[in-house]
Amino acid sequence: MPERTIYREIPANSAVWGVAILLGAFVAAALASVVYVEHHGHIVTGMSNQIVWGLPHVFAIFLIVAASGALNGASIASVFGHAPYKPIARLSAVLAMSLLIGGLAVLVLDLGRPDRILVAMTTYNFTSIFAWNIYLYTGFLIVVAVYLYVQMSRQPYIRVRIAGTVAFLWRLALTTGTGSIFGWLAARPAYDAAIMAPLFIAMSFSFGLAVFILVMNALFRLSGRRIGNMLMRRLSHLLALFAGAVLYFTAVQHLTALYATEHGGFERFILLQGGHLTWAFWLVQVVLGGLLPIALIYIPRVGASRREPVIASVLVILGGFAQVYVIVIGGQAYPLQMLPGFEIASAFGDGAIGSYSPSLPELMLGLGGIAIALLAVGFAAKVLRILPTNLLDANVPGNR
Amino acid sequence: MKLRISSDARQPPAQKAQNTRAELTRRDLLRSGAAVASLTLAPGVTLMAFGGSQAQAAADADKRWGLLIDVNKCSADCDDCVSACSTENGWKGHGHPETDAQWIRKVTLKNKATGRESSMPVMCQHCEAPPCVDVCPTGASFKRPDGIVLVDKHICIGCRYCMMACPFKARSFVHEPVVDQKSHAPRGQGTVEACTLCIHRVDAGGVPACVEACADAGHQAILFGDLRDPESAISRALLEYPTLALRPDLDLNPGVRYANLG
Repeated sequence: MPERTIYREIPANSAVWGVAILLGAFVAAALASVVYVEHHGHIVTGMSNQIVWGLPHVFAIFLIVAASGALNGASIASVFGHAPYKPIARLSAVLAMSLLIGGLAVLVLDLGRPDRILVAMTTYNFTSIFAWNIYLYTGFLIVVAVYLYVQMSRQPYIRVRIAGTVAFLWRLALTTGTGSIFGWLAARPAYDAAIMAPLFIAMSFSFGLAVFILVMNALFRLSGRRIGNMLMRRLSHLLALFAGAVLYFTAVQHLTALYATEHGGFERFILLQGGHLTWAFWLVQVVLGGLLPIALIYIPRVGASRREPVIASVLVILGGFAQVYVIVIGGQAYPLQMLPGFEIASAFGDGAIGSYSPSLPELMLGLGGIAIALLAVGFAAKVLRILPTNLLDANVPGNR
Repeated sequence: MKLRISSDARQPPAQKAQNTRAELTRRDLLRSGAAVASLTLAPGVTLMAFGGSQAQAAADADKRWGLLIDVNKCSADCDDCVSACSTENGWKGHGHPETDAQWIRKVTLKNKATGRESSMPVMCQHCEAPPCVDVCPTGASFKRPDGIVLVDKHICIGCRYCMMACPFKARSFVHEPVVDQKSHAPRGQGTVEACTLCIHRVDAGGVPACVEACADAGHQAILFGDLRDPESAISRALLEYPTLALRPDLDLNPGVRYANLG
């Protein structure tokens, strides 16, 4: 099929500059937070020896998971050969790389010793899923960069397909690795479950597509270009499907844990007695981030159809943050059971629910990661021809 | 002389052993010089290399060090083991227990079925299959051949994944700047630390500070010794009395065991 799509850099208009300056300010605030925390120590954060991973990890894991899912558009076009997705494949690949860079930046800058990043890059312990992930993450950047190159140099479709397939398989491995950071923690009742890997893969499909829909709309609006309803409808239907998959895996995760008496305490905590964590689970993750966007997309309504995919995407992202927050913070807040059949207590919070109040530097670091990702994708759209000039229905191949 | 000493220190232990056999007298001479040189010229540098190869080399693979804690002898209102560890290793609280270092802490365990309460110290359990070592991305968490689990402060990046993996909450992240460190127990802001089983004492033939403090308090609740030596007091006691390990479901075979907990 002849390529009909024309890709052009976005113009450097005042709106683009305004957004870039705003994002730059967030990055600067994040760097200031890092200097502040590194100088005073993590004592100025809300993290403790019980909640050892805090808000920065929530942002980092969300971004890394979304990175893999942002590749959806490209995968559907190249691996499964669906023509309507081809015009968005380049942006999809660039966004995947950008989100990963943003997430990794947050992860690295929250280390106790971020200055030792070279140690992490050169000294490996291969029994650690963390060490594997360093390869999976850097490998993902290389594989997707090659994939983007073969697309942009208009290589024969077979090469695009091969590169796309490698990238698709790699992203599955990447999210399996990210889920296994938790799934392989045998000591904690909240984790220690093989379903973490497929759950994270489903989360990546959903969160990444939601981010993609928002970023694509923002870039098109900033550059004065237009997107047709048909493409938006396709993407939003896919989003609803993925949001449903996340709900499904979440249900299986909790039902399995509920069946085991030893995990009953943790499930009671998250599902019933966890205060703001319970609200975050039911209200934000399940209702606002799952049921509502699915209803918005699937229940036909009169008018306002153009805004629904955007609203649904915002809701999915909101629910996604809540879900990662509940997994990361909720899983640590629940106390470790030192000896089955015994209650434990100490002055060190043994046996007690851990408390965590995120501090401003943590929030700014996390937001800085988002800003880095958005700046990177915006910069790429400014210097590379990744954004189609027109995605109105008549210009999208394969639309019927 | 200084140059030759450092090249010797870089050799792997096996190579060192071979060389030593070949030229024992000269090596002995140089090594005695090395001790003097390193103590006088750069004590900080030498002692900061606490983890890694130096700590590995000091360990005796024929031994496995362990503790047996008799909870019946442990007094609920005594925390001499905790203060002795703090003094010995130079960690102290800043008034916020959630972020303070806790290399060893006193906990109360209550049997949910019988209501029986026991007070006992919990520290790094020095597992045979330590989850912290498995998950550490850089290998900073490591186990010496004699079973002591340590953190190499040089390559710990402060990711805290070991703290997520430890079933015993035995590790602490250094949340604040550290001052007045002990030269035998280097610490570092932004890195993770835990009980070292007082390797500086053990390697010199002594016992950990907590064991000594417990004995001084008249409780004798903590027994230290070589689990591989069937004649050691700890091995004989383990044969004689029923004991258990924390989190037995994980099958980590900790070096620390508890008696009369039930």
